[in-house]
Amino acid sequence: MVKRVVVGAHYGLKDWLVQRVTALLMALYTLFMMVAAPLAAAGGYEGWRGLMSHGVVQFATFLFIVSLAYHAWIGVRDIWMDYVKPVGVRLALHVATLVVLVGCAGWAVQILWRL
Amino acid sequence: MPEPAARKQRPKYLNLMAIRLPVAGYASILHRLSGAGMFLMLPFLVWLLQMSLSSPEGFQSLGAVAAHPLVKLILLGLLWAYLHHFCMGIRVLLIDVHVGVEKSAANASAKAVLVVSVALAVILGGALLW
Ligand code: HEM
Repeated sequence: MVKRVVVGAHYGLKDWLVQRVTALLMALYTLFMMVAAPLAAAGGYEGWRGLMSHGVVQFATFLFIVSLAYHAWIGVRDIWMDYVKPVGVRLALHVATLVVLVGCAGWAVQILWRL
Repeated sequence: MPEPAARKQRPKYLNLMAIRLPVAGYASILHRLSGAGMFLMLPFLVWLLQMSLSSPEGFQSLGAVAAHPLVKLILLGLLWAYLHHFCMGIRVLLIDVHVGVEKSAANASAKAVLVVSVALAVILGGALLW
């Protein structure tokens, strides 16, 4: 039997892949928004709201929010795993991270879907 | 049984000031720092999003919030963080698919990321915040 020595963060192909896919989705959304947001905001509140309540943009923004939360979860968890050794403290930080991310994602989605 | 590589003697101490990192090392650390910083500021950013979409008055008052010097500084920092993280992220993705892996290319792209994200942050920040 092979004795596996786990030496820290950054193991797990699935998380690695998820972090890349979410990064790509966020990058595409960013490029789109760098053009669309200034154009829309030039029309003041109405223009900005018009952009964010458009069906396709809502779909893309929802994907962005979910991607960001998942991406940041993997990233921040890796950082805790690299620097925080005591299991209890680490667990508490993981839970706090999840709470912040799920909370922010839910809050942002609710802002979006109320439009 | 031979010692597993991971259990080899660790350095007893590290003198951080004596370590010379290649440029890519600094760009990498800043990628991590920027990711952590954006994570910490996430509630603030969602709050701004909420305000911008709440009402015409809310949208207007964004300007008043951003007028505070401390808020300006935070927003400028976040702008840089996003730009650096974004550029560095693209660089990581390209290296993952074996684009720009050679030492000279990887060095050059790390330098480019550092310079471009600071430059873009100054230009965009200047246009949006001042
Ligand atoms: C366009 C948007 C983004 C892109 C292209 C991107 C890209 C990436 C990539 C490729 C990695 C993996 C780096 C590696 O394995 O060496 C990464 C890590 C990470 N990202 Fe992002 N990211 C984006 C947005 C964000 C946002 C908005 C946050 C936080 C709110 C974030 C937080 C992190 C964190 C904490 C890590 C872990 C860093 C580390 O382990 O050193 N990212 N990002």
